[in-house]
Amino acid sequence: MTTEIMTKPAEGVDDPVADLRARFGDAIQAEQQTVDTFPVLWIDPAQWVAVHEHLRRAVPQPFTLMAELYGIDETTRRHRAGQPASGVTLVSHLISPERNADIRLKCACDAEAPRAPTLTEVYPGADWYEREAFDMFGVRFDGRASHRRILMPPDWKGHPLRKTHHARATEVAPYRMTPESFAATEVANAIDPAELGLPTERDGVELMVLNFGPHHPSTHGVFRIVLGLDGEEIVWAYPDIGYHHRGAEKMAERQTWHGFIPYTDRIDYLGGVISEMPYLLAVEKLCGIEVPARAQCIRVMLSEFFRITSHLLFYGTLAQDTGAMSPVFYMFVDREKAYKVIQTITGARMHPAFFRIGGVAMDLPTGWDDLVREFLDWMPARLDDYERQAMNSELFRIRTQGVAAYDVETCLKWSVTGPHIRAAGLPWDMRKLRPYSGYENYEFDVPTRTEGDCYARTWVRAQEMRESLKIIRQCLDWMPEGPVKADHPLAFPPPRAQTLHDIETLIHHFTGTAYGTRVPVGEATGQIESARGFTQYSIVSDGEGGSYRTRIRTPSFANLQAIPEVAPGMTVADFVIYLASIDHVMSDVDK
Amino acid sequence: MNAGLTILMSLALIMALLVAAGVFTWVERRGLGFLQERLGPNRVGPFGFLQWIADTVKLLTKEDEVPPGGDAVTFRLAPALAAIPVLAGFAVVGFGPGLTLSALDMGVIFALAMLALTVYAMVLGAWASHNRYALLGGLRAAAQMLSYEAFFGLSLMGVVMISGSLNLGQIVEAQSGLWFIVTQPLGFALFMLAGIAAAHRLPFDLQESEQDLVAGFMTEYSGMSFALFFLGEYLAIILVSALAVTLFFGGWLGPILPGPVWFGLKVGALALAFIWIRAILPRPRYDQLVAFAWKWALPLALLNLLLTGAIVVLAGAGGGAA
Repeated sequence: MTTEIMTKPAEGVDDPVADLRARFGDAIQAEQQTVDTFPVLWIDPAQWVAVHEHLRRAVPQPFTLMAELYGIDETTRRHRAGQPASGVTLVSHLISPERNADIRLKCACDAEAPRAPTLTEVYPGADWYEREAFDMFGVRFDGRASHRRILMPPDWKGHPLRKTHHARATEVAPYRMTPESFAATEVANAIDPAELGLPTERDGVELMVLNFGPHHPSTHGVFRIVLGLDGEEIVWAYPDIGYHHRGAEKMAERQTWHGFIPYTDRIDYLGGVISEMPYLLAVEKLCGIEVPARAQCIRVMLSEFFRITSHLLFYGTLAQDTGAMSPVFYMFVDREKAYKVIQTITGARMHPAFFRIGGVAMDLPTGWDDLVREFLDWMPARLDDYERQAMNSELFRIRTQGVAAYDVETCLKWSVTGPHIRAAGLPWDMRKLRPYSGYENYEFDVPTRTEGDCYARTWVRAQEMRESLKIIRQCLDWMPEGPVKADHPLAFPPPRAQTLHDIETLIHHFTGTAYGTRVPVGEATGQIESARGFTQYSIVSDGEGGSYRTRIRTPSFANLQAIPEVAPGMTVADFVIYLASIDHVMSDVDK
Repeated sequence: MNAGLTILMSLALIMALLVAAGVFTWVERRGLGFLQERLGPNRVGPFGFLQWIADTVKLLTKEDEVPPGGDAVTFRLAPALAAIPVLAGFAVVGFGPGLTLSALDMGVIFALAMLALTVYAMVLGAWASHNRYALLGGLRAAAQMLSYEAFFGLSLMGVVMISGSLNLGQIVEAQSGLWFIVTQPLGFALFMLAGIAAAHRLPFDLQESEQDLVAGFMTEYSGMSFALFFLGEYLAIILVSALAVTLFFGGWLGPILPGPVWFGLKVGALALAFIWIRAILPRPRYDQLVAFAWKWALPLALLNLLLTGAIVVLAGAGGGAA
């Protein structure tokens, strides 16, 4: 495929919906209307694979990326007008980078024993998503060799995101670990290569099986990879995730719309306010709220600050994994400077929970501009320093160049996004392609390289920090005057000053806090470019104070999926650098 | 020297070296802190100077277990093997004119041999640990040792040729006119490269590389057993620095100040270089290190040897080309 991306659909490209209707006829059961701009189609399960196959290969400018696949338990949903009957709905979200367009397909499954055909033949990247759908909803996929849980422990009973599954520990008997259950858990967590169809020997030599993680200094979180080693060479790698799973999606169904904001900070815990953005974009879209320009600018500025702190941590720990011990300390000094600004503006450091439905929590404090300017003047010289220390160091180059190189095809195959796909040559950045929160008003570039190796990924992120500085500089120069929260009945919380003067606002404040704001019925999606890649929150509102279903598409989850393909042939020493270059956050993987 | 005096002197030297190694850990941590825009330990005693004593007490009182499935005897033996040979290596070092425990005629060879013995500690410790990360570390230690030992000895043969002696004292005396660093710069560079590897320091600490192997051969060690490995590493730094000073920087020679002071100052300066190198360099992959050792360092060492030999023969002098 070409590395050019069109920002508008090209002339003469067929409307995919009309095309699908013409080709598949009745298999297109319905077209659902949502507030999103992309089409949402209900597909006959019998044609589920064929439709995907068509969109993946037959249409011009095909939908090459499966962004995600997830379930919705429809059993207690009240407002489903215009949608075919369904117990558990399977949703796939496809993206065509060439068209810069999305399409969402839905498949109705049975409530008691949901089944659907597997898509792994068409989209290999669907693998982990299908495992997740099985784990969370019990959806069985015809054609899959095995159904292994992915996020929950292997011996877990039930499927957590089903509405019948308890959400709180107090709803069930207290958990007790007996010696027997402990031993059983040990057995259940053991990974037997033979059972997974992985080789146990090569050329007659038995392979050494090495449990890399979940507690290992270089897995960057509780991440376990079982490695089959011949000497120091990796023959196969089997990632095992879920050790950081906290049930964020289940929690979203118990919190009010407003109350879930702090949780989003902790999905990608290095991204801070960045992951509040897609959630609120979706909620605001559903509410029809227009965020004021000043609030948008504050949001952008803080997001870019967090992008810098996140990339700095990546930069330092990658250098650390090559054995260079100093850069990470310098970068923590810089992060401290950034946190000083963030702290002054938001009152918190890593997880400020600063954005609100319709704006931000409060206006900028006096003197914020001097602090930001100080940081902008400090950073560039430091980045030059790091260029000399890391990027231009010969030892650093021989450790990273040509290591774990993969191309755009591989990225798309495994749904890998973010700096990975840009380092491989595709300038795919949501801030440019689908500007949100006013990103279209800023001048910045999307750095790309073509090598796709660890060095290229480091370079891309190093350049992105400079671009972020550019954006922050523009925020500083152009910060508009005006309110920081929309004047809208659903914007929450309502203005504090008014609550003490008129009873309407006070009641609104009270009910909104106690029961949650009533977000209009419907489905909406928020898409952003986080520090790690394409992040998407898909929310379903059933007219309650909280969400009916919140689906979180995190980039780290998919970015890890390529490991079994990329790792073989590497040495263990290179593998830790590859892991560092993925820059995953385990809570972002496991949710 | 009679036997009683030798034992007394040995004990004094061992004590002094243990304290020096302890103090050096503090110097390293404060030095790294200074280089990395942070403070380092600064709480125990003035400038944190007593930190190393606190650490020693902590390590002495920590639980020290043999891992399940491990070979208990070898597991206990390995740390001792890491520290004792290095201490023995100091026997031949001349701290001043006539100030040496044993003025062996084979001094250079003896010191190198003692340094090389430490690889047994790593391999045996790795094997006895019954741990796969340790095993990988032990394998790396063995492979790495084979590659740097080859040019370690060759790199200083130039010095031996010029001075015509393997006795460390006589090599120092041979430098009264000109330090060998001037006539043997290549030899010195290669010696230091191999020396860093012999002391298992970054960038050549592949056998314990904590990023991929957790702690390599030391993974299962704790308490005093760990401390002995640690001690061996710091003693090795001092020994390699002492050898480098003796062979290339004129040992105890220097104006005004007494010989041992000059020797101490020079060793201290070189040891600081170890810290500095650790602060700035990434670590090569182990096959890259092995390839470098065989394809570049060994031929260069041989070339150095050839050139020095030719010059020595042409100059027609057996003892001191300078």
